[in-house]
Amino acid sequence: MSGPNSEYDPVEVTPLQAEHVAAARDEAIAAIAAAADLEALKQVRIAHTGDRSPLALANREIGALPPQARKEAGQRIGQARGAVNQALAARQEVLEAEHEERMLVEETVDVTLPTDRRRRGGRHPITLQSELIADIFVAMGWEIAEGPVVEAEWLNFDALNLGPDHPARTMQDTFWTEPADRHVVLRTQTSPVQARTMLTRTPPIYVACPGRVFRTDEYDATHSPMFHQVEGLVVDEGITMAHLKGSLDHLASQLFGDGIDTRFRPSYFPFTEPSAEVDVRCFVCRGVDAESCRTCRGEGWIEWGGCGVVNPRVLVACGVDPERYSGFAFGMGIDRSFMFRHNLEDLRPLFEGDVRFSAAFGTEI
Amino acid sequence: MKAPKSWILEHVDVPEGTSTDELTARLTLTGLKLEAVESAGADISGPLVVGRVLTKEPEPQKNGKTINWCTVDVGDANGTGEPQGIVCGAHNFEPGDLVVVVLPGGVLPGGFEISARKTYGHVSAGMICSARELGLGEDHDGIIVLPADAGEPGQDVRGILGLDEEVIELEVNPDRAYALSIRGIAREVAVSVPGATGFRDPALRDTPLADDQGHPVRLEDTTGCPVFVARTVSGFDSAAPTPDFIAQRITAAGMRPISLAVDVTNYVMLETGRPIHGYDADKVQGAIVVRRASEGEQLTTLDGTRRTLTAEDLVVCDDSGPIGLGGVMGGESTEISGSTTRVLVESAHWDAVSMFRTGRRHKITSEAGKRNERGVDPTICEAAADRVVELLTTYGGASAEPGVTVVGEAPAMPTVTMALDLPANVSGLPIDPDTTVGHLEAVGCTVRVDGDTLTATPPPWRPDVTDPYDLVEEVVRLVGYDTIPSVLPAAPGGRGLTRAQQLRRRIGRTLAGAGWVEVVDFPFVGETDLDALGLEADDPRRTVLRLSNPLSSEAPAMTTTLLPALLRTAGRNVGLGASSVAVFETATVTLPRSSEAAPILPVDRRPTDAELDALVKALPDQPLHLGLVAAGEADPAGWWGPGRPVEWSDAVDAVRSVADALGLELDVRPAALAPWHPGRCAELRLGDALVGHAGELHPRVCTTFGLPARSVAAEVDLDVLIQHAVHLRPAPTFSTFPAAKEDVALVVEESVEAAAVEAALREGAGDLLESIRLFDVYRSEQLGEGRKSLAFALRFRAPDRTLTDEDTTAAREAAVALAAERTGAVQRA
Repeated sequence: MSGPNSEYDPVEVTPLQAEHVAAARDEAIAAIAAAADLEALKQVRIAHTGDRSPLALANREIGALPPQARKEAGQRIGQARGAVNQALAARQEVLEAEHEERMLVEETVDVTLPTDRRRRGGRHPITLQSELIADIFVAMGWEIAEGPVVEAEWLNFDALNLGPDHPARTMQDTFWTEPADRHVVLRTQTSPVQARTMLTRTPPIYVACPGRVFRTDEYDATHSPMFHQVEGLVVDEGITMAHLKGSLDHLASQLFGDGIDTRFRPSYFPFTEPSAEVDVRCFVCRGVDAESCRTCRGEGWIEWGGCGVVNPRVLVACGVDPERYSGFAFGMGIDRSFMFRHNLEDLRPLFEGDVRFSAAFGTEI
Repeated sequence: MKAPKSWILEHVDVPEGTSTDELTARLTLTGLKLEAVESAGADISGPLVVGRVLTKEPEPQKNGKTINWCTVDVGDANGTGEPQGIVCGAHNFEPGDLVVVVLPGGVLPGGFEISARKTYGHVSAGMICSARELGLGEDHDGIIVLPADAGEPGQDVRGILGLDEEVIELEVNPDRAYALSIRGIAREVAVSVPGATGFRDPALRDTPLADDQGHPVRLEDTTGCPVFVARTVSGFDSAAPTPDFIAQRITAAGMRPISLAVDVTNYVMLETGRPIHGYDADKVQGAIVVRRASEGEQLTTLDGTRRTLTAEDLVVCDDSGPIGLGGVMGGESTEISGSTTRVLVESAHWDAVSMFRTGRRHKITSEAGKRNERGVDPTICEAAADRVVELLTTYGGASAEPGVTVVGEAPAMPTVTMALDLPANVSGLPIDPDTTVGHLEAVGCTVRVDGDTLTATPPPWRPDVTDPYDLVEEVVRLVGYDTIPSVLPAAPGGRGLTRAQQLRRRIGRTLAGAGWVEVVDFPFVGETDLDALGLEADDPRRTVLRLSNPLSSEAPAMTTTLLPALLRTAGRNVGLGASSVAVFETATVTLPRSSEAAPILPVDRRPTDAELDALVKALPDQPLHLGLVAAGEADPAGWWGPGRPVEWSDAVDAVRSVADALGLELDVRPAALAPWHPGRCAELRLGDALVGHAGELHPRVCTTFGLPARSVAAEVDLDVLIQHAVHLRPAPTFSTFPAAKEDVALVVEESVEAAAVEAALREGAGDLLESIRLFDVYRSEQLGEGRKSLAFALRFRAPDRTLTDEDTTAAREAAVALAAERTGAVQRA
């Protein structure tokens, strides 16, 4: 069926006869239905709708018809081509869906394969614990103060009412730097930060001071020459021990859980008077059936830190008027808080840098 | 302080039925914290009874020992009433003596179970006990022979031996030295236990009047020694045994019985809190003089140590020179011995500060020193001496000599004045004036109230009470700390974390997010650590601040670099089998900068700004550093393919990502610095400011620290980074016109730095350049030895139009031209 038809009466053009058009259409539709996949369908498309397909060729013959016959033939061809295209589109959709379904099945992977192509990092739990504590104070409107670890003897001791012959100096085994008459020490407490704060700012003062401190303790399961402490200091008008208790109760409940509060026992610290030891209610047994509790060892309370009303002598040395202002201060071990909060009995893993230890805590605690 | 409960209750009455728990709970709440309640016989169980020795037959043995085969009447305690047959190795008893017998079924300290067993040809049904076997002391020379009136055979012996005694151990804070005595504890019981009455002061006794017949004493330093009481007893039997109650009580208090004379002085010290010293009076030559020592003077103390004294030490002297380190330790030359018949009793008050200094200077800690340096009641010297004389005459067969020497007088207690409402204002409790006065009087103060003001004279045993707030503590602790309400103070609106604090957190998170693990290490360093880094002799990091008293001579200084500890940590992790280690630490390092002393400033006023400035300037520089070390795999191998080993660029990139988190871009330059590989070390700068170094470690350093080859490290000054951190970043605007991409490959000499080529391209390309990225470094024979090709992807974009080919070509050519001019780069065909 090639080439222009010149041998026949144009009216008698065979390809345009109804039965021929219908046959071509049916043949195309049958081929479409028989196409098993998208590739086969593509071949069918070329064969039955391409430029050289019977219906395309027939369409080209329309021009040879007398004008009065063209309309009918045109309609006939048009309908046939429409039916074929529709069938093609429908089949295309079916085959695509089948194809996609098959591809998705074929592309199944074992999602349980390991995915750790990159190392996981982690922050040190004491850093995280310090930040958590700092956040609690910041939420109360306090600020976080800092100071150097190599500190002037005067700021570490004298300014805090620990004169050179104060018996309490023997309570703290201090690292001295050479030569000793330069009066420079490794701070034994974060309290010099309190002194620095009072010396450089005017009340009201609401600060917490977390940081590293040093004592000449031999390193063992419960002692370390370096450990971490957080201290709090408030200096304002009308401050009382009730405010001290309120602040510590709040810290305890934020750190250890709702309803966890503190208890005071009279004690002695040169920089505070009156002074108290702070115990925190055991957050595991809450004092109920404490006998069997491993965290508080039957006490119902855990020794947490020390606190008291800032000794007016300290206020004087730090340039705060004790007639106008009063204050409170407290301090506790961050490592120790971490240890009982996370059930760690030996502190040494904190300082030995085994990456498995830090990594276990990720980036938040 | 360990105090037998019965001894406390000799001096105060508590309501019938007050348990030890209740008693100690109250003491804890008012400030004497319970440490432990022990009882001497807690680890003895089963039948432990009085026995009367009926027969004792010595039987020599083949091994040369002689044992005694005894029959002992133990009453009905053995269930039969028949005499008990027991083999005993000791000989210090006779038939008729009362002894201590543990019968079969009993258990002695150390889990020693007693049963009837065959030994030396007899069945020995039990044991006759020595003091040591019962945990009552070290005496093992013989068995315990009880006084004839101690009890009846078969009677439980625990009460007789004091084995049922509960011993209360209390933690005594340094300000409350008075509680280092039965006197003080009983007084505390009286004020803190509800219903306690009848405090009987053991130091309240009639004492003979002073006269001039006693041993002559002269005080040359009445500040150091304001009161000195001397009494003498003669006819003392130094062999007289210490009565059981004294031996038991001082043992319970943690001291060791030694001899009657020593035990009596210790007993009176425990009872009254007043340390006493006894001299062999016949060895004291002439008058006693108390003075400061001459510098370099010598004294051999009781512990046999020859000590060189200083001009600050207080000494007790006789004609021969120093015979005692006053209040701290006696001298050997006048020590009481087995031949002593006259005892000179010294009961003196000593200046607490001198005691503290002398004790510290000579490294002497003793029960006497502990009390003297904390402060003892100066008014009870006579009573304590008299009590010693009483016990020595009662138990040592001595008689008191008539003379009584009392020199000097107790200093008056300073009065303390406070506002009457101070306790309420400090505590936040509604404490009324009557309560305040009542509690102050209860602890021994003499109180006077004038309008709103209270004036208290503290009792002589409370030298710690000097300030108004000390009075407040006495009132509030008795009102009860447990009654203080909980009130959250309202802070003014805070500023939150400082910017530096926020940035430090950001740095930690950035590194953790990139796979680095934070560690915390001690900041101590030693010469060997710095040698291990391969530092040059003049490296400033060798200038360290040394500690006078380091814990380890290996690490006697404060570190100037975080790397030694990090390298050790990384090595330890590798040693533990980690195939990939990436650790970091942020901590301050210590860089000495001044040799000036930090002055000791006054405390009675705020120091001036100039004084504070001098203080701060004397301290070393302590910048915050970040150190990091990585070894092994950077990315692990897996089912996805091969892994990637750590390389120099990982260290540089870690620091760059930290800088990026702070909005900073670092300048990277080649450098050569230990401990890095001299060809693989980058110096990181922000303009003129040096930030730090990063790169591959020197191979020797890897070996030294047990790290795999090609491990990497970085150390940077975070303070510098944080100072420069960009605070307010302007919002960027982006052109939406299409970008034009151009790649250029430039051949340069090997020594030309990629960054230099990139900078030239960037500058030459001008404003149209949006980004530039080096995507390949290529070397080949064709390029020739010592040359490399750097391939850059350039992206151009205009803010206001679509670029034409001419625009892009011109920009690229300008870029290449400048690179050629600056770096000799030749564009590859």
